[in-house]
Amino acid sequence: MTPSLHLWLIPALPLLGAAINGFFGRRFSRQTVVAVALAFCGGAFLMALYVAARFSSLELPHTEFLAHWFRSGNFLVNFEFYLDQLTLVMLLVVTGVGFLIHIYSVGYMWEEGGFYRFFAYLNLFMFFMLTLVLAGNYLQMFIGWEGVGLASYLLIGFWFTKDSAASAGKKAFIVNRIGDFGFLIALFLLIKHFGSLNFQQVFSAVSPLGVETAGFGLLTSIALLLMVGAAGKSAQIPLYVWLPDAMEGPTPVSALIHAATMVTAGVYMVARSHLIFDRAPNALTVVAIIGTLTALFAATIGITQTDIKKVLAYSTISQLGYMFMACGVAAYSAGIFHLMTHAFFKGLLFLAAGSVIHAVGGEQDMRQMGGLKQYIPMTFATMSVATFAIAGIWPFAGFFSKDEILARAYQANPVYWFIGVTTAFITSFYMFRLWYMTFFGDYRGREVADQAHALAHSHGGHRDPHESPMVMLVPLMILAVLSFIGGWVGIGGRFEHFLAPVFGEGATVATEALSHSTEITLIAISLMAAGLGWYLAYLLYLKRPDLPQKIASILGGFYDTVLHKYYIDELYAALFVKPLVDGSTRILWHGVDQGVIDAAVNDTADGARHVSDAARQMQSGNLRSYAGWVAAGGALVIAYMIWMGVR
Amino acid sequence: MVPVSYYLILSGILFACGVIGFLIKRNLITIFMSIELMLNGVNLSFVAFAAQWHHLSGQIFVFFVMVVAAAETAVGLAIIIAVFRTRETLNVDQVNLLKL
Repeated sequence: MTPSLHLWLIPALPLLGAAINGFFGRRFSRQTVVAVALAFCGGAFLMALYVAARFSSLELPHTEFLAHWFRSGNFLVNFEFYLDQLTLVMLLVVTGVGFLIHIYSVGYMWEEGGFYRFFAYLNLFMFFMLTLVLAGNYLQMFIGWEGVGLASYLLIGFWFTKDSAASAGKKAFIVNRIGDFGFLIALFLLIKHFGSLNFQQVFSAVSPLGVETAGFGLLTSIALLLMVGAAGKSAQIPLYVWLPDAMEGPTPVSALIHAATMVTAGVYMVARSHLIFDRAPNALTVVAIIGTLTALFAATIGITQTDIKKVLAYSTISQLGYMFMACGVAAYSAGIFHLMTHAFFKGLLFLAAGSVIHAVGGEQDMRQMGGLKQYIPMTFATMSVATFAIAGIWPFAGFFSKDEILARAYQANPVYWFIGVTTAFITSFYMFRLWYMTFFGDYRGREVADQAHALAHSHGGHRDPHESPMVMLVPLMILAVLSFIGGWVGIGGRFEHFLAPVFGEGATVATEALSHSTEITLIAISLMAAGLGWYLAYLLYLKRPDLPQKIASILGGFYDTVLHKYYIDELYAALFVKPLVDGSTRILWHGVDQGVIDAAVNDTADGARHVSDAARQMQSGNLRSYAGWVAAGGALVIAYMIWMGVR
Repeated sequence: MVPVSYYLILSGILFACGVIGFLIKRNLITIFMSIELMLNGVNLSFVAFAAQWHHLSGQIFVFFVMVVAAAETAVGLAIIIAVFRTRETLNVDQVNLLKL
């Protein structure tokens, strides 16, 4: 028995911070709010570092029991924590990136109203995310799962007086509910067939089971339902529609929740349940196909977007698709590796984009930017690192993780690899497009700035674009360093080796190592794809800025379709939302609620009133009419008795 | 011997007259008299049955009714005089408040 590390402290600290800021923050000064939020979030980070330091001396997987939750017959659920290599990676990413984003938010949100509320929500999010990551059973994971959804909803709708932000929050919440429905049913199936939700018990029950090669067995069903949940949380086809709208939230939120941590929960959950997925190859194929399609599909939409955060949102969906592609070909460690590097560079991209938005006074449209590199050199430098990283340029972090996924995809099925490389090319193209449109050329924002005066964000004014304060730049620099070197932990399969005890040899047994020459060829092709995308973006958005318009007009209808995101939102609105709203209005509201329930209550009341009205007439206050009633009553009784007597 | 049904019919007629007088008359004294009429209608049926069954309890009951009726008359007339003094009318429709 290894000593207790008090793992419960890791989620409990941010929860305490959220409680303090949430209940008393209104009376605190901004400095106090910041001190509380950073102290508790930083405390969690330090705890995570402590766990990492003690990690080598632990007997893995390390579990800690906190308390009984409930018991129903033989079914027992505890509050318990589960620590293995996968947990450790997630723990460090979540607390580390989360802490940096907390620091950044201090600068970004300083001018905003509801400052304490923002930090209370951020800390609350950290609590739920850490609960999800550290959970020792599926139900506890589900608490975290739902909780991060709640925090996401609160933060997307942070500017709740803005209608679009409020409805974006609702959309995220409702779409996630669909996924959670799948997750819940998977949990019910687990309870029914294995009688437990505890990871160790479920996994030890699953491992002796054979592989379900054909048909639609129990494990396949569970795996597919889990995937439905993952698709909702991690914004995969067909449930990705909420993530682009979630950009209505403050930019640090987009960085923390909708890029670095929460949206990767689905990948984590699939990786955590890999023993189930390994035994359900059909479900794995579904995961791989969904991931591959999402990667390509979202990347193409990313090309046409002009809102800097929307480009990054579609990019996030696309990169999550890569992670699912990796999980789908049973390369879980590659997926987690990409999850980690993605957390670095996509968190950085969002934070740098926030710094850009900050610099130009709240403008998010890239057509109003340009030439910013001389105004905001630090932001430019860090964003460049992130852009190179996501485009997969050697030796930045994204290169190593993406290449690992592509290599594994190639082993599984060259079709996945081909789509993956195509996506890598598109990714490189739209990221360098963003880069050129934002930082190069001439600044295009000045002339429209005065017209847009009324619409301006509260940051800054309309002086020249200005660099962000140090409190925002330092997290950018740290993340830039991580985006640069973060991939090196994967060189020589070290990262995979570290995670091997979790995913076992089973994950790697299917494929023998690629020959060296094939590997080199694959790397060369993906580097070429990235370079080609870069060159194309350079050509179209720096050298010949007139060309994109021409190409768009040549493509005509197809371009419009992509510009309108393939009309998916409209399709969902027509297919699901409108029938639901109409049905609810006509049948449930007008028909059932007003027609049956309200009518029953109202008619009962009306009936009572009518009867009472009639009965009231007897009580006239006239003495002789009372006497008349008495006489009539007496006469009636006598008549009855006589009638009975005669009979 | 006169059959008992004759007495009962007469008693019924008397009672009905009392009821009708009670209901349609507005003068307090007339109403009061109608009540007496009803009581006497009932008394008549009591004594008729007492004679029929040779039983004394009916006659004793009639005495009780007479005593109560006499007391009631004394009290009632006193009330009527009091009402007339304060309201200067004996129309029941105008005497519909307990308080002045």
